[in-house]
Amino acid sequence: MNLLQALLACDAVLLALSVVAVSAARRGGAGTFVYGVALALSVAQLAAAAAALIGRAAPVGLTLPIGLPWVGANFRLDALAAFFAVVVNLGGAAASLYGIGYGRHEREPGRALPFFPAFLAGMNLVLIADDAYTFLVSWEFMSLASWALVMVHHREAGNRRAGFIYIVMASFGTLSLLLAFGLLAGPSGGYAFDAMRAATPSASVAGLALALALAGAGSKAGLAPLHVWLPLAHPAAPSHVSALMSGVMTKVAVYAFIRIVFDLDGPPDWRWSAPILALGAATALLGVLHALMQTDIKRVLAYSTIENIGLIFVAIGLALAFKASGLAGAAALAMTAALFHSLNHALFKSLLFFGAGAVQTATGERRMGRLGGLLNRMPATGFFMLVGCAAISALPPLNGFVSEWLMLQAILLGPQFPQWTLKLLTPAVGAAVALTAALAAACFVRAFGIPFLGRPRSDEAAKAHDVDRFSLAAMAALALLCLAAGVFPGVVIDTLKPVALAVTGAAMPLQAKIPWLSIAPIAESRSSYNGLLVFLFIAASGAMAASAIHRFASDALRRAPAWDCGFPDSSPATQYTAESFSQPIRRVFGGFVFRGRERLDMPAPGETRPAVYDLTLRDPVWDGLYTPLGELVGTIATRLNRLQFLTIRQYLSVVFAALVALLLVLAAWP
Amino acid sequence: MTGLAFDVSHLLAGALVLVSFMLLYQTRLFALLNVFALQAVVLALSVAWQAYVQDAIHLYVTAAIAFAFKAVIIPVALHRIISRLGIHRDVENVVGIGPTMLAGLALVALSIVVMLRVVNEADALAREDLAFALSVVLLGMLMMVVRRNAVSMVIGFMSLENGLILAAAGAKGMPLVVEISVAFSVLVAFTVIGVFLFRISERFETVDARALDQFQGDRL
Repeated sequence: MNLLQALLACDAVLLALSVVAVSAARRGGAGTFVYGVALALSVAQLAAAAAALIGRAAPVGLTLPIGLPWVGANFRLDALAAFFAVVVNLGGAAASLYGIGYGRHEREPGRALPFFPAFLAGMNLVLIADDAYTFLVSWEFMSLASWALVMVHHREAGNRRAGFIYIVMASFGTLSLLLAFGLLAGPSGGYAFDAMRAATPSASVAGLALALALAGAGSKAGLAPLHVWLPLAHPAAPSHVSALMSGVMTKVAVYAFIRIVFDLDGPPDWRWSAPILALGAATALLGVLHALMQTDIKRVLAYSTIENIGLIFVAIGLALAFKASGLAGAAALAMTAALFHSLNHALFKSLLFFGAGAVQTATGERRMGRLGGLLNRMPATGFFMLVGCAAISALPPLNGFVSEWLMLQAILLGPQFPQWTLKLLTPAVGAAVALTAALAAACFVRAFGIPFLGRPRSDEAAKAHDVDRFSLAAMAALALLCLAAGVFPGVVIDTLKPVALAVTGAAMPLQAKIPWLSIAPIAESRSSYNGLLVFLFIAASGAMAASAIHRFASDALRRAPAWDCGFPDSSPATQYTAESFSQPIRRVFGGFVFRGRERLDMPAPGETRPAVYDLTLRDPVWDGLYTPLGELVGTIATRLNRLQFLTIRQYLSVVFAALVALLLVLAAWP
Repeated sequence: MTGLAFDVSHLLAGALVLVSFMLLYQTRLFALLNVFALQAVVLALSVAWQAYVQDAIHLYVTAAIAFAFKAVIIPVALHRIISRLGIHRDVENVVGIGPTMLAGLALVALSIVVMLRVVNEADALAREDLAFALSVVLLGMLMMVVRRNAVSMVIGFMSLENGLILAAAGAKGMPLVVEISVAFSVLVAFTVIGVFLFRISERFETVDARALDQFQGDRL
C-alpha cells in the first residue's frame, strides 16, 4: 500500500465515521468516540503526508472506477498536495483533540458530529484529486459539510443569514472554478489534470481561466471583495470548526489557486500578477482595518484571517511575477514565503480560535466589552493566547515573523523586475504589507489586552475558570509548534524545498548548511536571521529582568498616594475598552474606509439625561456591491414572477417560441 | 441507395409533412381524427419502407406498432371519447387558418435550412428525412399552440410524436427497444390524457383549456 492509498483509506474511514455518527449521536460518549477516531485518522494522514513530503516521494497516481465515465476518479499525491495535506491534517488533528473536550459543552451534538469527519474528508480529497470532476465534487462536499457546521446553532440570531450568504458565495465560487476547469479542459474535454498539464491554452483562455480561478478560490479564501461571507460564517460555527474553516479551509482554497495557476494554466504571463498583488494588498489592509473595529472576539479573528489571506496572495502574486520574468530563485523565495505563511496561519489562527472558544465556554461571552482580567482566572488559556497573538503579530522568535520576513525579503527583490509596472507596484505593495503588519500588531494587542488584562467587566468574566485538559492540550501543542517553527525556520524551509521546486522550478538555497541554525533567503552577506539566538536572547533577558524586579523591587516597602486623582474606587468601566483602544486608528482610516460617523450628544449643564455617544460604521463593499446586486436580483425576480401565472397555451407558446428562436440562431450562425 | 428507394422514402416523408398541414386546417374534430389516422398510416408505410430498404427487421415491428396504436386504437378511442362527451362541434382556432398555414410554411423552411446546415456530412436520405421529421415536430407544436380544445391539443402532441418516430426510423442503428419504449410512453400519455379529459369535462363541463385558466392559484 503506497501513501496515496493510505490517505484514501483514511478518507473512506472518515466518511464511514460520519455515517456512524448520525446514528450514534444521541448516545453518551459519542462525541469522544467521533472526535477520538477523527484525531487518530488525522494523525495517520498527517504521518502519511509528512512521509511523502520529507521523503521526497515521487508523485504517485491512482484511478478509481467511479465518477465520470472514461475519466474515472483520479487521485495523485505530489509535493504540493502533500504539503497542504500536512497543513490540513495538522489543523484537523488539533481541532479533533480540542473537540473531545469542547464538544461536551455542545447542546445538540447530533447537529455537528456527522459533519465534522465529512468536512475533514472533503478537504483531504480536494488536495489529492487529479481531475476536474473529482476536484469539484470534493470541493462542493467540503463546502456543504462546512455549511452544515455553520448552521449548527441555527436558532441564534444572525446565523441563518450567515449560512445563506455563505452558501450563495460558495455556489458562486464553485461555478467560477467549474468554468475555469471547462476552459482549461478545452473543446476536447480533457478533464484529467494530466491532460490539462499537457495542453497549452492560448493567452486569452489562460488569462480568463486565471480570473475565474481567482474568483473561485478567492471567494473561498476570503479575497476582497468576495470576503463578505467569511466574517459572518466563521464565527457562527462551533469554535473548533471555526478554527478549521479559518485556519485550514482557506488554505485549501490557496492550494486550489496555486494548483490551477502554477500547474495547470500553462506558462505564466507577468501581467496576471498585477491584479493578484493589488487584490492581495487591498484584502490585507481591509481585513486588518475591519479586525481593528470589531468587538466580537471571534469576528476579530475572522477578519484577521482575511488579512492573512491577503498577505499569502501577495506572496503568490510575487512568485508568479518572478516566475514569469525568469527570476526563478526569487520566485522560489516568494512561493516559500506563501507556503510558510499558510502553515503558520493554520497554526496560530487555530490556536487563537481555540482560545476564543475556551473563553466562550468559560464565560458564555464573545463580546470583548464584557470580558477582562481573564489572565488571572484562566492562566493556561491566557498564556497560549498570548503566544498565538505574538505569533500572528509577527513578533520574533515566533513563526509569524519568519514568514512575513521572507515575504518582505521577496518584496525587496522587486527592483530586479524588468517591467516598470512591477518595479513600481512592488514597493507600493510592500508598504501596504508593512502597514498591515503594524496594524495587525495593534489589533492583537487589543484582542489580547481587552479580554485578558485589566479587571473583569462582567460577573461571568469574574467567575471564569480554565477549561478541560483536552482543549488545553490542543492549544499547548499548537503553541509549541508556533515556537518550534519560529526557532527552527531552516528546517521548515528545507522541507518546503520540493514543493517550491515543483511549483516554481527553483528552490531556495539549502538552509541546513548555514551554521548556527541561521537562515539566509538569498545570501548570507545580504540578510540572515537566527531564530534560536533571538529566542535565547529574549528568554535570557526576560528571565534576568524578572529576577531583578523580584529581587530588588517587590520586597521594598511602598507607600501609595493618599489622594488618587479623585478616583479612590474606580469602576471597571474606566478601563480602556475595545472601542476606545481602536479610536485613534478609526479616526485616521475610518473616514474614507468605513465612512464612519461619530456623534456625541452631550446634555447641557443641569440636564439629568445621560450623554449619548453614537458610532456608525458602514462596510463599503456591502454598500457598493452587494446591496445593489441584491436589489437587482430582487427586481428581476419580481418581474419574472409573472411567468408563474401563465395559461397552459401561453406556456406551450413560450416553449415553442424558445425552440423556434434557438433554431433560428442555429440557422443564422455564421 | 438506389434512385427508386430514395424517391419512395422521400415521397412518404413529404406526404407526412403534407398531412401535418392538413391537420392544421381541419376545423371539425371527427375530420381531425380521420386525418390523424391517415398520418399514422403514412408513417407506418414510411417506416416499413425504411425497414425494407435498410433490411432492418425490427423496423417492421415499429411500423406495426405505429399502425396499430396510432392508426387504429387511439383514433377509435378518441372517437368514442368525443361521442361520449358530445363535443363533435367545430374546433375553434385561436389564430385564423391563413396565418397558421403561413406560419407552418415558415417552420418547414426553417427546419430545412437548419437541417441542411447541421448534418451536411450525412447522406442525402438521412438529411432530408431529418428535415421532414423536424418539420412534422414543429407543425405538431404549432397545432398545440393554436388550438384551444383539449382533444385537438392531444392530437397535436401525437402528431409531434410521429415526427420523432420518422426521425428515429431514418437514422440507422436506432435500437428497437428505444422505439418500443417511445411507442408505449405515447400510449401511457394517451391514457393519462384521456382520463384527464373525462375529469376536466366532468368538472368544468367543457374541454376548452380557457376554462382551466380561471382556476389558477394566487395570481399576481
